[in-house]
Amino acid sequence: MKTGLWFKAAAVVIMVGLAALPASADSLAAFKGQKGEVRISGGTAHIPVMEEAAKRIRTANPDVQISIAGGGSGVGIKQAGEGLVDIGNSGRKPTDEEVSKYGLKVFRWALDGVGIVVHPDNPVQSLGKDRLKQIYAGTIDNWKALGGPDKAINLYTRDEASGTRDVFWSKALDKGEIHARANVVPSNGAMKTAVANDPYAIGYVSVGHIDATVAPVALDGVVPTIETVKSGAYPVSRGLFSLTKGEPQGLARWFIDYLFSPAGHEIIADKGFIPVD
Amino acid sequence: MDGERLAQKAFLLAAVLSASVTVLLLAFMVILGLPLFQGGLVFRILTAPWLPGRQLFGIWPMIVGTLAIAALALAVAFPLSLGVSSLIAVVAPGRIARLVKSAVAFMTGIPTVVYGFVGVFLLVPLVRETFARGSGLCVLTAGLVLGILVAPTMILFFSDALARVPRSDRIAAEALGATPAQVLIYVLIPGAWRGIVTGLVLAAGRAVGDTLLALMLAGNAAQVPGGVLDSARTLTAHIALVIASDFDSLEFKTLFACGILLYAFTAAATLAVRRLAGKEGPAR
Repeated sequence: MKTGLWFKAAAVVIMVGLAALPASADSLAAFKGQKGEVRISGGTAHIPVMEEAAKRIRTANPDVQISIAGGGSGVGIKQAGEGLVDIGNSGRKPTDEEVSKYGLKVFRWALDGVGIVVHPDNPVQSLGKDRLKQIYAGTIDNWKALGGPDKAINLYTRDEASGTRDVFWSKALDKGEIHARANVVPSNGAMKTAVANDPYAIGYVSVGHIDATVAPVALDGVVPTIETVKSGAYPVSRGLFSLTKGEPQGLARWFIDYLFSPAGHEIIADKGFIPVD
Repeated sequence: MDGERLAQKAFLLAAVLSASVTVLLLAFMVILGLPLFQGGLVFRILTAPWLPGRQLFGIWPMIVGTLAIAALALAVAFPLSLGVSSLIAVVAPGRIARLVKSAVAFMTGIPTVVYGFVGVFLLVPLVRETFARGSGLCVLTAGLVLGILVAPTMILFFSDALARVPRSDRIAAEALGATPAQVLIYVLIPGAWRGIVTGLVLAAGRAVGDTLLALMLAGNAAQVPGGVLDSARTLTAHIALVIASDFDSLEFKTLFACGILLYAFTAAATLAVRRLAGKEGPAR
């Protein structure tokens, strides 16, 4: 867990592959013969995609340096706006005020859903939105009231800087209360571990993180999956954004173009998100 | 001669640099936390609850959480450490003592994350099932594991202090017909009290400063815990959880209050240990 946090805090410079392979995919051709650096920071949900893209670009052309830092959505918007980085990532759409203040150009390259999860042994695997709000507000505090065992409900939530928390709070809870006794975990991975180990837990993770160790909970009858997020049937979803100050130039332009290329889409889908054009 | 002077200067530079880091650190926190000291905001932050939804960014729950977990850890570790160090110094000196002592020294080298990991997968389910209340991520779990983490610090200090009690005192007591237990209780422990308090204070510093165990085991709920089975958040875990938020936000600025509090606690503990060690004087 500590590693995860340091990951957010510290810049991670990608240095992959001593052997320089020739550029194979056409989308990588733009980087051929280029030199320079692309600095990226912000949202942590984006990092797996950024790293994979950086790895492939760097393998095709070792003269291109790509540095990737976390920091959270707020940091991504601010640093892109102040010109501290070439590309800022955000898990929420920047406000109109932020866009006009900094002259940001916004690129939405993926959709991500936030799914409610419980322990696989929990018989309660479907909830109405009102029930969910009451659970998180603390007014329903026993699984028995929902047809489960006579055990207290253990609430799990994310830290304040989490984009996942932000979208869950605004779209699943309609900005309702999250009780102060809720346990707080620092990452999507930690949330999955916590829920997988606690038979009476309820939490939420990015849909890409849901696997057999936790059970997804249908919200108003819709199970959170990549398909239901894609079709729009599952409402708790968000875009993943990359931002630049003004129209992106040179390497930053090509990096963003790469995310929208077929190879980029493949990376995005591979990391559990839904690529968008 | 020249080489010697060069070496002297290099060492002086190293000493000045490392000493100034601690001072600069405090200055950095105070300067960046300055907005908090204006308009009495700092008092509201120290006493209010943490409810970001209502724009309340108080760190009082974290202060209580820190003290509760550290106190429990010390309560667990103190009798344990006193027992182990008595075993080393009195009950079984020689081979067994050496074995126990090297095991304890080895414990100090185990990375904290290993304790946390074992805690998450063994102790958390045990606490949850035993008490049938809460998630097992609570003050009790964090306190127990933290107690094991700080025990080696105490044991090493305690056993050194016990070994430093003059041999003549011990022989005199034995000559009066005192049993080993009586020697320990009436001669050794009173004679070693300064070392025992020093070990306790240092262990308290370590317990308050630890981040990872609390983050992994205490649950991190930003509430004043009502009992040992409640989830709680420490100041250090709070810093780790909030640090990624927007730099301009008030919630981020409260981190400087947490930092200054932790700094003040560590400074106080260090000063206390120095005073104690100083009084011990040449006998050391």
